[in-house]
Amino acid sequence: MKVSASDWLLLSPELFLTAAGLLILSISAFFDKAKEEFLAFLTLLFVGVAIGLVAFLSGYGGRGAPIFAGMFIVDNFAIFFKLLMLVSIALTVLASIQFVGRAPYPAGDYYALLLFTGVGMLFMVSGNNLVSIYVALELMALSSYILAGYFKLEIKSTEAALKYFVLGAFSSGVLLYGLSLVYGIAGRMGLPDLAKLFESQAKSNLLLVGILLILAGLLFKIAAVPFHVWTPDVYEGSPTPVTAFFSVGPKLAAYAILARIFYVGFPKFHADWGLIIALVSAATMVFGNVAALLQTNVKRMLAYSSIAHAGYALMGVLGFRTEFGLWGILVYLLAYTFMNFGVFALVVFLETKGYAAESVADFNGLARRNMTAAVVMLVFLLSLAGIPPTAGFIGKYYLFTSAMKAGYAWLAVLAVLMSALSLFYYFRIAAAMFFSEAEGAPLKSSYALTAAVLICAAATVIVGVAPQPFVEMLRACVIKAP
Amino acid sequence: MTITINHFLVVSFLLFSIGLLGVLVRRNFLTVLMSVELMLNAVNLNLIAFSRRLSDLTGQVFSVFVITIAAGEAAIGLALTISLFRQRRTLNVEDANTMQG
Amino acid sequence: MTVALWIVPALPLAGFLLCLLLGTRLGKGFVSAAGVGSIGIATLAAWSRLLPYFRDGGGAVVERIAPWITAGNFSVDVSFRLDPLSALMVSFVTFVGFLIHLYSVGYMKHDETDAGYARYFAYMNLFMFSMLTLVLANNFVLMFVGWEGVGLCSYLLIGYYYEREYAAAAGRKAFVVNRIGDFGFLLGMFGVFSLFGTLDFGDVFSRAAANPGRFAPGLTVVCLLLFLGAMGKSAQVPLHVWLPDAMAGPTPVSALIHAATMVTAGVYMVTRCNALFRLAPEAMAVVAVIGGVTAIFAAVIALAQNDIKKVLAYSTVSQLGYMFLACGVGAYVAGMFHVLTHAFFKACLFLGSGAVIHALGGEQDMRRMGGLAPKLPVTYRTFLVATLALAGIPPLAGFFSKDAILTGVFAANRPILFAVGLFTAGLTAFYMFRLVSLTFSGRFRGSAEVGAHVHEAPTTMTLPLVVLAFLSAVGGFLGLPEVFGESANRVAAFLAPVFPPIFLPGHEVARHAVSPAKEWILMGVSVTVAAAGLLLAWDWYAKKAGRPAERLAASFPRLYALIADKFRIDELYDVLFVRPFSWLARVLWKVVDVLVIDGFLNAGAFVVELVGDALRFLQTGNVRNYALTFLLGIVALLLIVLAG
Repeated sequence: MKVSASDWLLLSPELFLTAAGLLILSISAFFDKAKEEFLAFLTLLFVGVAIGLVAFLSGYGGRGAPIFAGMFIVDNFAIFFKLLMLVSIALTVLASIQFVGRAPYPAGDYYALLLFTGVGMLFMVSGNNLVSIYVALELMALSSYILAGYFKLEIKSTEAALKYFVLGAFSSGVLLYGLSLVYGIAGRMGLPDLAKLFESQAKSNLLLVGILLILAGLLFKIAAVPFHVWTPDVYEGSPTPVTAFFSVGPKLAAYAILARIFYVGFPKFHADWGLIIALVSAATMVFGNVAALLQTNVKRMLAYSSIAHAGYALMGVLGFRTEFGLWGILVYLLAYTFMNFGVFALVVFLETKGYAAESVADFNGLARRNMTAAVVMLVFLLSLAGIPPTAGFIGKYYLFTSAMKAGYAWLAVLAVLMSALSLFYYFRIAAAMFFSEAEGAPLKSSYALTAAVLICAAATVIVGVAPQPFVEMLRACVIKAP
Repeated sequence: MTITINHFLVVSFLLFSIGLLGVLVRRNFLTVLMSVELMLNAVNLNLIAFSRRLSDLTGQVFSVFVITIAAGEAAIGLALTISLFRQRRTLNVEDANTMQG
Repeated sequence: MTVALWIVPALPLAGFLLCLLLGTRLGKGFVSAAGVGSIGIATLAAWSRLLPYFRDGGGAVVERIAPWITAGNFSVDVSFRLDPLSALMVSFVTFVGFLIHLYSVGYMKHDETDAGYARYFAYMNLFMFSMLTLVLANNFVLMFVGWEGVGLCSYLLIGYYYEREYAAAAGRKAFVVNRIGDFGFLLGMFGVFSLFGTLDFGDVFSRAAANPGRFAPGLTVVCLLLFLGAMGKSAQVPLHVWLPDAMAGPTPVSALIHAATMVTAGVYMVTRCNALFRLAPEAMAVVAVIGGVTAIFAAVIALAQNDIKKVLAYSTVSQLGYMFLACGVGAYVAGMFHVLTHAFFKACLFLGSGAVIHALGGEQDMRRMGGLAPKLPVTYRTFLVATLALAGIPPLAGFFSKDAILTGVFAANRPILFAVGLFTAGLTAFYMFRLVSLTFSGRFRGSAEVGAHVHEAPTTMTLPLVVLAFLSAVGGFLGLPEVFGESANRVAAFLAPVFPPIFLPGHEVARHAVSPAKEWILMGVSVTVAAAGLLLAWDWYAKKAGRPAERLAASFPRLYALIADKFRIDELYDVLFVRPFSWLARVLWKVVDVLVIDGFLNAGAFVVELVGDALRFLQTGNVRNYALTFLLGIVALLLIVLAG
C-alpha cells in the first residue's frame, strides 16, 4: 500500500478534528462550570478551521481519486457534504452554549463528543470501502448515543439514549450481516471493485438479501418507515440542541453514504433497490405527515415532520442514470439543513426561557413577545411546507422534478398532496404564534442562539430567492452513475 | 463428513437469529446487550469463514474492527445500564416507556 | 421615463418592511405615512405605465429581472408581464387598494394599539405586494408565489382580532379550505410542466395554440386541477365555506381582500389560462356549471342572512359564480369586465357597511339598525348607488357587465344556465334592497344609547366611498354592448389580444349571432327582473317597517280590512318566497356544510384514525416492540424484492 503526502492532506479536516476533540476532552478538566463557555468558543474555532481546510480542499487538484489504497475518496460530493455537516456542527455549538451551560453536566465532554460525531460523519461521506464506511458509521453512532443521554439525571434523556442504543446496535448488527454476505459473494469491499465484479455476475438471492440488509441499516439512520420508530422518542428525550443536530447532521451522512454505496457499488441492481426506495419514500411521507398531524407535543410533531422530509428526500436518490442524478437531493439537503435546524433552534430558544416546549401552546402569542422570533419561525415553517420563495420550495421543486424525470410521477403527485397536508400542522404553530393571546414579558434571546437562528433564516431566504449560484455549484457535486 | 462453508453459514445464521430473538424477547437490559454481541459475533464468524474460503485477508481484518467496535458498544451499553439502574432501580427495558405515541 | 414593472410590487414590499421593523417604535403617524404612502406611490408608478399603455394599446411586454430556478434545459425567471389582462387588473388593484388603505387610516385609528396598527398596515402592504406579484407574474411559479402570499395575508388579517375566538377559528377555516385549492393549483402546474415542458405563460400558450389537438386529453385534467385551485381562492361551491366566515376580519380587509381583489384571483387565473381552457371543452363546461350553481346558491343563502357583512359576503360568492359562469361559456371579456365593475361597487358596499358598523359602535345585525339614512347621508347615498349598480339597474356599472355575461351565456346556447343567471339577477336585487331597507329606511331599532352616538364617518373614510360610488356609476361605460356601435365596448377591444382565436379541432363553437333586436330584448328582460326583485324587497320590507304605525290606526275598520289584506299578501309572500327560500337556504347550507364538508372530513378522519391506530400499535414506547417493527420491515422488504 502506498500512501502519499497528498492522501494525508486530503484527510486533514478529519485528522484535525480528531486532535481537536481529544484536546478539548483533555483540557476540559481544568475548566469549572463558570468558564466553560471558553470551551464552546474553542470548539467553534476548531470547526471554523476545519471548514477552512475543507474549503481549501475544494480547490485542491488531487481530489477525486481514491486515497489510502481505495479506502477513502474526497470528491466534490464529499466536500459539499463535509461543508454542510461542519456548518451544522457549528450551528449546534451556537445553539448549545446557553442550554448546556445552565445544566449540571460538564460541557467539555459534550463538545468533544460533538466533534467525534463530526469526525465519524466526515469519514463516512468520504468512505469508498465497506470497511471504512462501517467503522466511520459506528464512530458517529457511538458518540451520538452518548449525546442523546447526555443529561444523564433526566429520565427522558436516559431513556432516549437507551432506545437509540438498543435499536442502533440492532440495526448495525443487521447492516453488518448484510456486509458480510456481500463480502462472501464478491470477496471485495471496495465500492468500485464491487460494481466491476457484479457486472459480469448473475444476481443471486443471497446477494440481494445482503444488499437489502445494508439498505435497511442505512434507512434506519435516515429514519425512513418502517425503520423510523426510534425517532420520535429519541428526538423528544434528547437535549434539544442534540435533537436539532440529530435531525440534520447524522442524517446528512446517512443520505450521502446511501447514495454513494448504491450509485457506486450496486448500480447493477438498480431496479431492485430503486423500487424499494420508491415504496419506502411513499410510505415514509404518508406516515410521517399524518402522524405529525396527530401530535400535540411539538418536539414529537417536528420529529414526525423530519420523518416526512426523509420521505421526500429519498425521492432524490431515484434519479439514477437520468440527467438529474443526485442533483435534486443535494439541493434539497442544502435547504433542509438550515430550515430544520432553524425550527429546532427556536424550540431551544423557548426551552431556555423556561418553557417545556412540549405543547403548541408554548408558542402562544410569540408574535407579541418577540416579533423577530415569530417571523423567523414563520419563514422556517413556510419553507418546511415548501411555499415559495423559500429554500424549501426550491429543494422540493428539484426533488419532484427529478422524481418525474426518473419516471416516478405518481410519487411526485403523492408528495405534492402530502406537502399540502403538512401545512396543517405547521400552521398550528403559526396560528399559536400569531392568533393567540400573549402572556408575560417580551422574550430576549442570547447572542449565540440568535446568531444560529439568523444564519439559518438568512440561508433559507437567500437560497429561496436566489438559488442560482448554489444550484449551479451543486450540479458539479453529483456522483456520476457508471 | 467434511465441513464446508455452508456449515459455517448455517451456524452463523443460527447465532444471528438467536441474538436477534434475544433482543426481541428478553426484558433484562444486560441480556439484550449480550444478544447484540451475539449478533456481531455471528457476523464475525461469517467474515472469517468467507475470508478463509476466498483466501482473502480483508474479512479477518474487518472482524478485528468489528470486535473493537463491539467493545466500545459494550462500554456504552454498560454505562447506560448504570444510568438506568440509578434512575429506576431496575434493568427491565420495558419500564423505560415514558415516551410513546 | 418609464417605470420598471418590478417597482410596482417592490414599493408595497418596502412599506411592509418599514411598518414591520419600525412601525411599533415610530408610532401611528409614521405607519400611516409608510403604509398608505407606499401604496400611493405604487399606484402612481403603475398608472404612469398604464396610461400610455391604455392609450396606445399594444402587445405583451415582458421584463425579465433574473433567472430564478434553472434545471437542465428549463428555467423559471423572475419576470413580470404587462399585457392588457394584467394591465386591467393592476389598474384597479392599485387604485382600489390605495382607496382602501386611505379608508383604513380612519377605520383603524381608534381601536388598536400602536403595535396592532403597525401590524395591520404591515399585513396589508404585504398583501398588496403579493397580489401585484400574482397579477404581474409571467410564469406559473411566480404566480404561485403571489397566490400563496395573498393566502397568507388573508389568514393573518382574518385572525387579526385574535382575542376573539371565532376570528382565529375563521382564519383556520380559510386556511383548511384553501389547502385543497392550492393542491389543485400545484398539481395543475406540474401537469402544465409535463405537457409543455415550460411554465412561462407566453411559451405555454403559444405551444398550445400552435398544436391545439396534441395536448387535448391531458389538458382536460390539467384545466380541472387549475380550476380546483381557482375554486378554493374564489370561494366556489363547495369550497365557498371559508369566505363568509372570513368577515371576522376588519371591514377594510373584507373590502380589499375578500371582495375586490384576492377572491377574483381565481377568475384572473382561469382567464389567464384561457388558451388552455378553450382546448378543454369538458373543463369549460364544469367551470360554467360550478359558476352557475354557485351564483344561485349563494344568492339564495344571502336572502336569509341578518348580519350585514354576511349578506355582502354571500353576494360576493354569488357574483364570483357569475364571473366563472362567463368564463365557462367562453365570455372571458364579460367575466373580466364584471371583475372590474364588481371591484368598484363591492368595495364601496363593504366600506359603506364599515361606515355603518363604525357609526353603530360595532353593531353588525341589521335587525338592530334602520333609519340611518338621514344620519349618515354620504354613506347612504354612496351605498345606494353601489346597490343599484350591483342590482343591475341601468346605466350603472353592474348593469353592463351583468348584461354582457347574460348575453354571453345566451349566445353560447345554454338555456338552463341563462335562466339561472337571470333568476339570480332578480334575487340579487331582492336581497340588496332588503339590506338597504333594513339598514337605512324606517325607524332605528337599536338601543337608544347607541342611537345617540350615530355619526357620519371622517373624511378619510367618506372620500373613498364617494370615489368608488362614482366609479360604480360610470364604470360601465367602458364596456357598452354592441348595439351602441362596433367599438363601443372598449374593454373588449382592449382585451382582444389576450384571447387569440384558437379552437380544438372539431369543437368550433357555433355561436349565436345575437341580433341588435334580441340584444335589446335581453337587456329589457334583465332590467325587468332586477326591477321586480328590487320593488318586491322595497315593498315588503318598507311595509313591514311601517306596520306598527298602521296598527295604531286599527280602530278604523275599513282601514283594518286593508291592512288585513296586506297582511294576507305578506303571508302569501311568506309562504311563497320567504319560507321556501329560508328552508332552501337552510337545506343547502346543511347539505354542503354538513354533508359534503363533513363527509370529506370524515373520510380524512378515517385515514387519520388508521394511522393513529398504527401509531398506538407501533409507538408503544417499548423498545422491544420497536425492534420487532424493524424486523418485520426487513421481512416485508425481502418479500417485495424476492417475490417480485
